[in-house]
Amino acid sequence: MNAFEFRQPETLEEALTLLHDLGEDARVMAGGTALVIMMKQRLVMPDCLISLQKLRGLDQIQEANGELRLGALTTHRAVERSPVVHTRLPALAETYAHVATIRIRNVATVGGALAHADPNQDPPVMLMALDAQVRLTSTAGSRQVPMAEFFSDYYETIRQPDELVTEVVVPALQPHSGSVYLKFLPRTADDYATVGVAATVTIDPASGSCQDCRIAMGSVAPTPVRATEAETLVRGGQRLTSELAREAGALAQRVTDPISDTRGSAEYKRAMAGVFVRRALEQAWQRALASV
Amino acid sequence: MTHTIRMHVNGKDYTLDMPAQRLLIDCLRYDLGLTGTKEGCSVGVCGACTVLMDGALVSSCLTLAVLADGKQITTVEGLAHNGTLHPVQQAFIDFGGFQCGICTPGMVVAAKALLDENPNPSDDEIKDWMMGNLCRCTGYYKILESIRGAATRLQTERV
Repeated sequence: MNAFEFRQPETLEEALTLLHDLGEDARVMAGGTALVIMMKQRLVMPDCLISLQKLRGLDQIQEANGELRLGALTTHRAVERSPVVHTRLPALAETYAHVATIRIRNVATVGGALAHADPNQDPPVMLMALDAQVRLTSTAGSRQVPMAEFFSDYYETIRQPDELVTEVVVPALQPHSGSVYLKFLPRTADDYATVGVAATVTIDPASGSCQDCRIAMGSVAPTPVRATEAETLVRGGQRLTSELAREAGALAQRVTDPISDTRGSAEYKRAMAGVFVRRALEQAWQRALASV
Repeated sequence: MTHTIRMHVNGKDYTLDMPAQRLLIDCLRYDLGLTGTKEGCSVGVCGACTVLMDGALVSSCLTLAVLADGKQITTVEGLAHNGTLHPVQQAFIDFGGFQCGICTPGMVVAAKALLDENPNPSDDEIKDWMMGNLCRCTGYYKILESIRGAATRLQTERV
């Protein structure tokens, strides 16, 4: 690892001022589980490292009117174990519990993982299907960006060099909704997904038909992606049949652009994306039915 | 440029001057001579470098030593007390929970953390917790038996 200047701001203002002054010469480290590896491999060689470890107040999970606000420095493990997340959005707690190993989840943070923007991660996929927003803050102010617009390419986001991810805002689930994240792991339990699919469906209790639907996929494109055509199909259906779920899977495959790697060939991942979209829709539907 | 850090390792206080890029595993092994903690994969996957930081399992190969400033670190050397092995260590011996031994310090530290949090884990809970600790000899059944055995003994001790 190269030598670097090490800064440990203790307030958000101090951190934002440092980022403003240093811009692209600095890298921000939260848990560091991803960044340290990139620095060891010399993929990243910052002049200055800004550690957020001593920052207070960004590691809270707050709830108001069913909306959850996850502070950027909340660890994966804290989300996984949070009673309020379990009550409000059990699928989100399950998703964070599915990341890597307990050693990583003890340290890796909600905001750090989003800023890292590895397209193989699990939480962004679920957060997209929950219609979450990312809050970005700089010395100039703050803005909120839909999760679906946050990622721009492999390991790239629309975050500006002087901005810090400070919060993730997850809206309350509509009544009669069900959410699920399915992680396809053909190799080991701690691996990145070969394909990850999240789905949220809302049922109109009067008609029993689908009122709303969001589907997101990970590990199948340079960024996590929404399957909007598949969503439209399901939304227009009466109720979810296995035939409709299969068709939705086929439509979702069209927006995938996977690469071949040790977790599967591009062709295999595309095929599995269809299968897992179908399964995720069926399971989210069952969860929604249970609340009708 | 170095930074002065204060670390509490296995109950002892240390004040050290650390270059910012030094990893916790190198600090433990080379600066403090605590070579029980091993380095395997260097990317946080294998679990050989597992230590406790303020009671939580972390990969010391992914942790900058400067981030351990003010923290309590427990390594495998910190588990025995006055020459008596920790019940998890004793169980690994009694149940044959190791072969070559390279994964053992990480396994033992991880298992201790599990039993601190969940004194009576099911087999599935043990497997889920321990899945981030790899044994290159693949002696997983004996490791599972060791942890189960340690849990039973610790519970008997508590009664």
